[in-house]
Amino acid sequence: MKSVLPILTVLMALVVLWYGATVLLNAQWTRDQAARAGVEVGFSEILRDTLSQTRPKLPAPHQVVAELWQSTWMEEVYGRRGIVQSGTLSNRSLIYHGWVTLSATMLGFAFGTGLGILLAVGIVHSKAMDLSVMPWAIASQTVPILAIAPMVIVVLASIGIKGLIPKAIIAAYLSFFPVLVGMVKGFRAPDAMQLDLLKTYNASRVGTFWRLRLPSSVPYLFASLKVGIAAALVGTIVGELPAGASAGLGARLLSGSYYGQTIQIWAALLAAATLAAGLVMIVGAVERVVLGRMGMRA
Amino acid sequence: MAAFRRAGFELKDLSAETVIEAKGVGLVFQTDDGPVEALKGISLKIGRGEFVSFIGPSGCGKTTFLRAIAALEHPTAGSLTVNGMAPDEARRKRAYGYVFQAAGLYPWRTIAGNVQLPLEIIGFSRAERAERVARVLKLVDLDGFGKKFPWQLSGGMQQRASIARALAFDADILLMDEPFGALDEIVRDRLNEELLKLWAETGKTIGFVTHSIPEAVYLSTKIVVMSPRPGRITDVIESTLPRVRPLDIRDSPEFLAIAHRVREGLRAGHAYD
Ligand SMILES: Nc1ncnc2c1ncn2[C@@H]1O[C@H](COP(=O)(O)OP(=O)(O)O)[C@@H](O)[C@H]1O
Ligand SMILES: [Mg+2]
Repeated sequence: MKSVLPILTVLMALVVLWYGATVLLNAQWTRDQAARAGVEVGFSEILRDTLSQTRPKLPAPHQVVAELWQSTWMEEVYGRRGIVQSGTLSNRSLIYHGWVTLSATMLGFAFGTGLGILLAVGIVHSKAMDLSVMPWAIASQTVPILAIAPMVIVVLASIGIKGLIPKAIIAAYLSFFPVLVGMVKGFRAPDAMQLDLLKTYNASRVGTFWRLRLPSSVPYLFASLKVGIAAALVGTIVGELPAGASAGLGARLLSGSYYGQTIQIWAALLAAATLAAGLVMIVGAVERVVLGRMGMRA
Repeated sequence: MAAFRRAGFELKDLSAETVIEAKGVGLVFQTDDGPVEALKGISLKIGRGEFVSFIGPSGCGKTTFLRAIAALEHPTAGSLTVNGMAPDEARRKRAYGYVFQAAGLYPWRTIAGNVQLPLEIIGFSRAERAERVARVLKLVDLDGFGKKFPWQLSGGMQQRASIARALAFDADILLMDEPFGALDEIVRDRLNEELLKLWAETGKTIGFVTHSIPEAVYLSTKIVVMSPRPGRITDVIESTLPRVRPLDIRDSPEFLAIAHRVREGLRAGHAYD
């Protein structure tokens, strides 16, 4: 309960700011329209018009929420192509597009996490890998993803791979790095005394890994999974931006901007943000359960 | 029962079989600021079933010597054998249990889980692990705490659990580096008493680092006094106290005489400064 109040306060402040910005940004268009029609507009008319334009520079929060409601619940339940009437998700609903993005995100996240952990295991156990892999991993993250994504999509499309996989690869590309960095730190978390203790038992490297390094790394794993899953979502959306993608939140963002549908863009953005928050919260919930089981209070 | 075992092992003690032997051991650390001579000309024999304390100001190489016995450091001069073998070989044969100053229990394992850690690594069967864990937890007076997590126990209890962990497998040497250094005096007194009991019941050879004179005199059959820069032995005192020692033996003239000699040894070491 205590944590809800500050969150609500910040949310309220944001909404107020948002309304203010909406009025300011859209007022010019209202005045232009009025001038063209040769009428005077007062403050109350500006207020009313700026908050209800069909193609505003910045849509008002209630417009975005209405669009979200319209393109999820209403579309699926009452729409001709909705799941209730057609049996499949409507390609006009954010649930459909969200699901497309989510599935690529999850696949890419799984790839990326696996790759990050494997590389971290190698780096911790091999001096050669430590020296050779890390610089490349860092270099990989300095290349702008916006430049790489279209190439990956185009190259893979040319050999017949389309849809989920190319987006998942871009998601993996972004999400392996935080996992790699976090897990290298996690596997190295045991101090000299703990390592010496296992040495007195003449434990093997494998035994040391499973009994000490891996359990020690669990808190680091969850910290990096939270960053990694958000990065995977960003990667997927970026992968949906290049021309050709017809589904996914990224495609919705793009088509919205083609047709000047700012409300649609913001609705898709809000859907993506909600998805990201939901995914991070799920990782957080798993973290609490796992650390609780391990006797460590998160 | 305990008295019987003690009698048995006192008989064995007469044979005075050497377990640890150091001849002119030296150890130099190469550091960025140049070489540090941590040990110099250490010669010492430790017989089976002895309780040997190492005492001296900090930096005199007590830890380094104990770690060298455990093959966690490697002497750069002289020879060191454990059970007649090179320390590394003895380590591979799991000849000793080591107790560090911090208990170092795994927070993600219960007390029983921590105690059975070496047993898992060595490869004991599940049934044998359970049997041994129960036995050593009883030995350190922690029966009933097996299912607790480390953070649920006091510092003294955690250190007892770490001793149980070192006792769980069949190493006949116990090496302890200031195991009670971080505990308050009252807890420390009790643990010292228990340690003596445990030593009598198990017949282990114990190497014990401390910088408390009463602790060294109370516990040991042999006290090794060391001094720093370079770390070397200034005196070896064979205790004349009986093996069975109630806490109030610390007020006896005999005890005070030994403590006095230790203090003299420490002072002599300092005279070099
Ligand atoms: N790993 C190491 N590298 C360099 N110097 C060390 C290392 N370990 C100990 N020393 C040095 O060796 C000397 C003896 O240290 P130590 O055995 O820890 O003393 P004590 O346990 O008696 O306090 C000290 O001068 C210490 O700084
Ligand atoms: Mg020390």
